[in-house]
Amino acid sequence: MFFYSVFKTLVGKTVVVELKNDLAIQGTLVSVDQYLNIKLDHVSAVDPARYPHVATLKNSFIRGSVVRYVHLPASAIDTALLQDATRNEPGNR
Amino acid sequence: MSSLILSEMLNGLVQVITNDGKVFTGRLRGIDQTTNLILENCHERMFSADEGVEEIRHGLYVIRGENVVLVGEIDEAKEEQTDLASVRAEPIMALVH
Repeated sequence: MFFYSVFKTLVGKTVVVELKNDLAIQGTLVSVDQYLNIKLDHVSAVDPARYPHVATLKNSFIRGSVVRYVHLPASAIDTALLQDATRNEPGNR
Repeated sequence: MSSLILSEMLNGLVQVITNDGKVFTGRLRGIDQTTNLILENCHERMFSADEGVEEIRHGLYVIRGENVVLVGEIDEAKEEQTDLASVRAEPIMALVH
């Protein structure tokens, strides 16, 4: 559940979610659940010319299992703290 | 039900992208925790690089959750301004795990 907690701290931030079908979608993180399903508002394709398929969407629910990467704003993450936390034993969180 | 983040889209007009790259539209009538979906008045939109979007009517569809990539609410105002017959695009690729 650790990365679930990390994503919860990023609600409201703008992220890019790259999917396993190469589609990359930018939007504002609205919510995330235990499966790391992600909900975004104000979505747009990173390459709108290639993906007019998603041009008329207001928001998106993205299934956690199809996410390849989530690009996070560097300013929103304390990398030292994150590295520290991921080195802890599971019981110490 | 209220704990599911998808539940806010219930009864809305949505577009679903599946693992094989297909695009479906319809009214979202049911969901569960594995992302199984019930789509009422479901249509499939077939995109092509050299023809406009072709729409096929399917009716009531249940999509098994493991095949779902994305569910998005359609902005009906934007949708009305879009002439699907003039949209040219390669289909969305199938998922590669």
